[in-house]
Amino acid sequence: MAEEPKKDAADVTDATPSVSEVETVDAATPEEAVAAIEAPVERGEPILQVRNLVKHFPLTQGILVKRQIGAVKAVDGISFDLYQGETLGIVGESGCGKSTVAKLLMTLERATAGEVFYKGQDITKLSGRALKAVRRNIQMVFQDPYTSLNPRMTVGDIIGEPFEIHPEVAPKGSRRQKVQDLLDVVGLNPEYINRYPHQFSGGQRQRIGIARGLALNPEIIICDEPVSALDVSVQAQVINLMEKLQDEFNLSYLFIAHDLSIVRHISDRVGVMYLGKMAEIGSDEQIYDHPTHPYTQALLSAVPVPDPEAREGRERIILTGDVPSPANPPSGCRFRTRCWKAQDKCAEEIPLLAIPERFAGQDTPAAHESACHFAEEKDVVHAA
Amino acid sequence: MGILDMPPGKIPQGEILFRGQDMLKMSNEERRKIRGRKIAMIFQDALSSLNPVLSVGYQLGEMFRVHEGMGRKEAKAKAIELMERVKIPAAKERVNDYPHQFSGGMRQRIMIAMALALEPDLIIADEPTTALDVTVQAQVMDLLAELQREYNMGLILITHDLGVVADVADKIAVMYAGRIVETAPVHELYKRPAHPYTRGLLESIPRLDQKGHELYAIKGLPPNLLKIPSGCAFNPRCPKAQDICRTEVPPLVPVTEQDGAELTGRGSACHFWKETIHG
Amino acid sequence: MPDLTKTSTTDEAAAAQDEVVAGAPVSATPAPGKPRSLWGDAWRDLRRNPLFVISALLIVVLLFVAAFPGMFTDANPETGDQAKHFLGKPELGHFFQADWFGYDGTGRSIYARVLFGARNSIVVGVGVTLLVTLFGGLVGMLAGYFGGFWDSLLSRITDVFFGIPFLLGSMVVLNGFTDRTVWVVMGALAFLGWTQIARVMRGAVITTKHADYVVAARALGAGTKRILFRHILPNAVAPVIVVATIALGTYIVAESTLSYLGLGLGGGAISWGGDISDGTQFIRNNPHVLLFPAGMLSITVLAFIMMGDAVREALDPKLR
Repeated sequence: MAEEPKKDAADVTDATPSVSEVETVDAATPEEAVAAIEAPVERGEPILQVRNLVKHFPLTQGILVKRQIGAVKAVDGISFDLYQGETLGIVGESGCGKSTVAKLLMTLERATAGEVFYKGQDITKLSGRALKAVRRNIQMVFQDPYTSLNPRMTVGDIIGEPFEIHPEVAPKGSRRQKVQDLLDVVGLNPEYINRYPHQFSGGQRQRIGIARGLALNPEIIICDEPVSALDVSVQAQVINLMEKLQDEFNLSYLFIAHDLSIVRHISDRVGVMYLGKMAEIGSDEQIYDHPTHPYTQALLSAVPVPDPEAREGRERIILTGDVPSPANPPSGCRFRTRCWKAQDKCAEEIPLLAIPERFAGQDTPAAHESACHFAEEKDVVHAA
Repeated sequence: MGILDMPPGKIPQGEILFRGQDMLKMSNEERRKIRGRKIAMIFQDALSSLNPVLSVGYQLGEMFRVHEGMGRKEAKAKAIELMERVKIPAAKERVNDYPHQFSGGMRQRIMIAMALALEPDLIIADEPTTALDVTVQAQVMDLLAELQREYNMGLILITHDLGVVADVADKIAVMYAGRIVETAPVHELYKRPAHPYTRGLLESIPRLDQKGHELYAIKGLPPNLLKIPSGCAFNPRCPKAQDICRTEVPPLVPVTEQDGAELTGRGSACHFWKETIHG
Repeated sequence: MPDLTKTSTTDEAAAAQDEVVAGAPVSATPAPGKPRSLWGDAWRDLRRNPLFVISALLIVVLLFVAAFPGMFTDANPETGDQAKHFLGKPELGHFFQADWFGYDGTGRSIYARVLFGARNSIVVGVGVTLLVTLFGGLVGMLAGYFGGFWDSLLSRITDVFFGIPFLLGSMVVLNGFTDRTVWVVMGALAFLGWTQIARVMRGAVITTKHADYVVAARALGAGTKRILFRHILPNAVAPVIVVATIALGTYIVAESTLSYLGLGLGGGAISWGGDISDGTQFIRNNPHVLLFPAGMLSITVLAFIMMGDAVREALDPKLR
């Protein structure tokens, strides 16, 4: 079911004018679908295109017969592109839906609505062989190195499992050597192949998780908070490793994290999420040095900078109140309940993620997509 | 705080002077009087530090009933006053709510209210915002700083976040493997660290305000406290380690300018602090 | 300080290899290829636990006796010499001889009867445990893994069976049989006993199925069979083993209780419960007739419960 009528795709691009147009692939047979998935993508071309992705978790009541009484709107219509070879950072606070996005892209959760085009095919509608081929090319690195490795399996079995599930990637006899090569690539002693996860430190375990993600030679790696469980001094080791691997294997990263400093360090482009929606997206310089969405500004200004000189010079925006519940989000702009600029229009009209009119056509870093009716530039990161 | 000094924790030596009195030599009774009244503590996990089956108002009021012998009504009024102090909206309506009905940031405010109740001289905050999101962390740290000024209290902030310390602290002590390895006024420490560990730590964190290049990574692992390396505990991970570092524990010595001029409040426990700060 | 800011990839790889487990210096690392699984760790803990060593020795002896009772005595447990040995007192010095534990009301050697009774008790105990673990484990696993409707259905059925009192229920069931063979007794006990295992298994599977490594396997495209048997089962089985080991003791008690009430094994089968029942009539003047089978029963049950406790301690990661 890889077919996607052209008309729908056009509608999608109408709704979000500034993302690139999706070139859909019409694959009549599974063979054609797999062939399209195997085809290489040029560096800088979009490899993953997300359009109006929605995920609602139903809230139910009842014991044998379940009745829906509402829905948690974890992800509520987000669109973005991931280009080949780049790192796209997704930041946001807890409950903004960034981890759900990761699960949707991994097809671990079924999307309520919307499309995820991987090389022109909507993976939310794939199944069977084509889906398996997609899974081979999109891998994931998990947050918690202590729970993401099966404690009853040896490191060799953990890293070798991808080969057992996708036997076409490596013939049986070569697997042990491949696993040892992978251990070497992530900076672990290849002789540790027979050890169990609990014999390793957190940083080493995360390296094992990365080796498992690399095993099938994927094109995209989705990293869900890959270093937030690690000690500060070990975080840098893992981040450097991930950057090295990206160059070596020509990977595209979707890097999901709550730590804005780390995201700036590793990302080429950054998207800011709030309550299931994308608030602002742009290049790393555009977002950090020229943010136009009030939430991005508040978020950035709240991050403490390890520089005491900055504490007097930097503008601090202290938001009032807490994040509203995603089961009952505010009307119009999601951020309006905590925004100091909010007006009646914000409650009535949902702001689209687009380049704000006042910056449109201008050659300024502020001209990037921002979902705010009253977008204006404000530097909150640097001391005045 | 004197909480550790209960089995199984033991303090084999040293002294803790509070207003000139050694707390370790006090009787339990004397210490109890200081605890809560003069020195209060804020923990990382507010949810597990609050009793889930008692209302927030009751727990706040308990402080006044126990320490000041107030009546139930009076204590409740005090509780509401405190909740307003820490800017909990609609304090009157929420005073009878239970801890789980509050958000993480609000719970941490209640912890702060509890610590403030008896207007202590000193607050010890152990990772008070680690479990919170950044915007909420900013709210809580802002409140804490404001209350500190208002009540004129001392604050000991224990944290792993170098950003939070840079924002709040006046003086900093850097610890490694159970020892203080460097002390300095906040501006000095970030500008000119005098210990390789501090230096490595500062260079290993990515920056929000500039696009960095490759991060400096301190090699190896944080120390296992059962097997602290001999000599300087940092020596296996230190780029400058020499033989002396493996045999001799460096004492915390005063750090001076190159010409010997005194640097107030600065100390470093490194055999090669001179090279580290001036090199 | 150029040496501080420079990080080459080789430095970093070396750093990673330096971070050997628990900070041990590189040179002191034991043979790096040596596997040490969680089961291996548990086994090492167990061997050092005196509780386990004692209970394991007892159980090995009991199993051996149950398998080859004839090796320990020449006396026939079935026929007695009324004239000579009727209610003969135990001769505690006569180790391993027919009159060691004395004689019962029909002149049969109590020592021989205790040995031969072990077989039935242990066969019933082990058999019921196996049946219960297989069936209850399967139900619990399916309910826990598939969730939703199947979970609701299976859990309600489990609740219905859980509501039936174990002993009373098996008495009612066994009352319907005239020929109560080992299989019938085992079947009746298993029929009513599987719910406990099913509940434990369901809980363990539900916790395990949300673990990140299961999600990771799904993300790789692993099928249901692989996820269930490679990832979930090995991690969910520990609490089931613990519960099953402890339950084994209670099944032996249940069998004895049924025999005591005359609803246990039929056809003159030797059983501790039956002998305890017989012994009660001599309790005033010849308590030994009751004491020896009852003592054996207690020791056996105690051994299995001790074993269960030791295994629980070794397998519970929270205690590590």
